[in-house]
Amino acid sequence: MDKKKLQTPSQTIGPFFAYGLVPTQYGYDFDSWVDNDMAFDLKNQETIEITGIVYDGEENAINDAMVELWQDDGEHRLFGRYGTGTDKRNRFFFKTIKPKSVNGQAPFIHVILFMRGQLLHSYTRIYFSDEHKLNETDQVLNAIDHERRNTLIAEKRDGKYVFDIYMQGPKETVFFDL
Amino acid sequence: MNESNKEGFDREIQPAYLYEGYKSTILRAPTKPLVVPKKSDIKLSGPVFKDFELGVLDHDLTKNAIKNGEPIGERIVVHGKVTNERGQPIPHTLLEIWQANAAGRYVHKVDQHDAPLDPNFLGTGRCMTDAEGNYKFYTIKPGAYPWGNHPNAWRPNHIHFSLFGGDITSRLITQMYFPHDPLFDQDPMFQSIPLKGRELLVSKFDYNLTEPDFALGYRFDIVLRGHNATPFENI
Ligand SMILES: [Fe+2]
Repeated sequence: MDKKKLQTPSQTIGPFFAYGLVPTQYGYDFDSWVDNDMAFDLKNQETIEITGIVYDGEENAINDAMVELWQDDGEHRLFGRYGTGTDKRNRFFFKTIKPKSVNGQAPFIHVILFMRGQLLHSYTRIYFSDEHKLNETDQVLNAIDHERRNTLIAEKRDGKYVFDIYMQGPKETVFFDL
Repeated sequence: MNESNKEGFDREIQPAYLYEGYKSTILRAPTKPLVVPKKSDIKLSGPVFKDFELGVLDHDLTKNAIKNGEPIGERIVVHGKVTNERGQPIPHTLLEIWQANAAGRYVHKVDQHDAPLDPNFLGTGRCMTDAEGNYKFYTIKPGAYPWGNHPNAWRPNHIHFSLFGGDITSRLITQMYFPHDPLFDQDPMFQSIPLKGRELLVSKFDYNLTEPDFALGYRFDIVLRGHNATPFENI
């Protein structure tokens, strides 16, 4: 058997990541290799927009979080990244396509959150309010208390999916242990 | 440790979300228990590079932002190997790094520390591991800097690292430290790591990696969570 190696410990992304990880978005003189347009090379696909705000335990919008979206429905493997420090209201924005349902599961997008004040990143998921039927029968969603389950479901408003993330408090978003 | 949590975060090594010594965790750490989802049928593979190629100087922070001269400070070369928990190398995976300059100042607009900026140093770079999981970059040794966490708080010298590995569970953002830093004892970020894990973030000075007349050598090996060694894909 292989000798198990110890994982390298995680540390916070800190407040000063922007010129390294999302430089183009923040206007630094270094090219980003990825941004928030996850569907830029997909032709003839219906795209969706996702936006939201990350709130701390006092419900203040967090202006130094980095949000990564990962999705893979077997057909399209997409990745996007955005920092919450360039919008006046500290919103994040993504353009992507809605993933397909796989094996009857409700479609979803993985979210990884990094921020000052998180020594270890957190994982959550975006489900979609207009997938009511699949959401109702989804095993992962059903395993979560009813009142908390809705924190994972992006509401469709004015053609956009809105997915606000609450780190703490009565509306605390469900985070996963992947 | 049983089979089912073997691939999870090693709680004897990894910091907890809440560490009160690091004040910003207090309003940002999740407070409710994490949910363990049923395993999905779809593998959560890492991102794909699309229409992007690394620049030839992306891995060399001593040269990638030169305007009118050499950056100030002690040049270093950092070597390391990226593996999974089985020790298998992770080839062709992206590393992104960012750091303060030799005076302890970040280029980031929010950094208010009144140490000087260096017009010839941006402090960010990236590289891919080779077929054996090895990486190398050149940079300037970062300076320590003060911050507001507690009275007379100083961050030890460090370089921020971001890595992907084979899938979403191997994602890692961390910081590399330097040997025998006298600031470790008062640094809550370093202290947040359980004792068993701390030395894993301290690079080793390696005379054999030192490049004559150019740069001092350090080694920093990285172990990503899990057993996956799938490389980054390039489309
Ligand atoms: Fe830092």
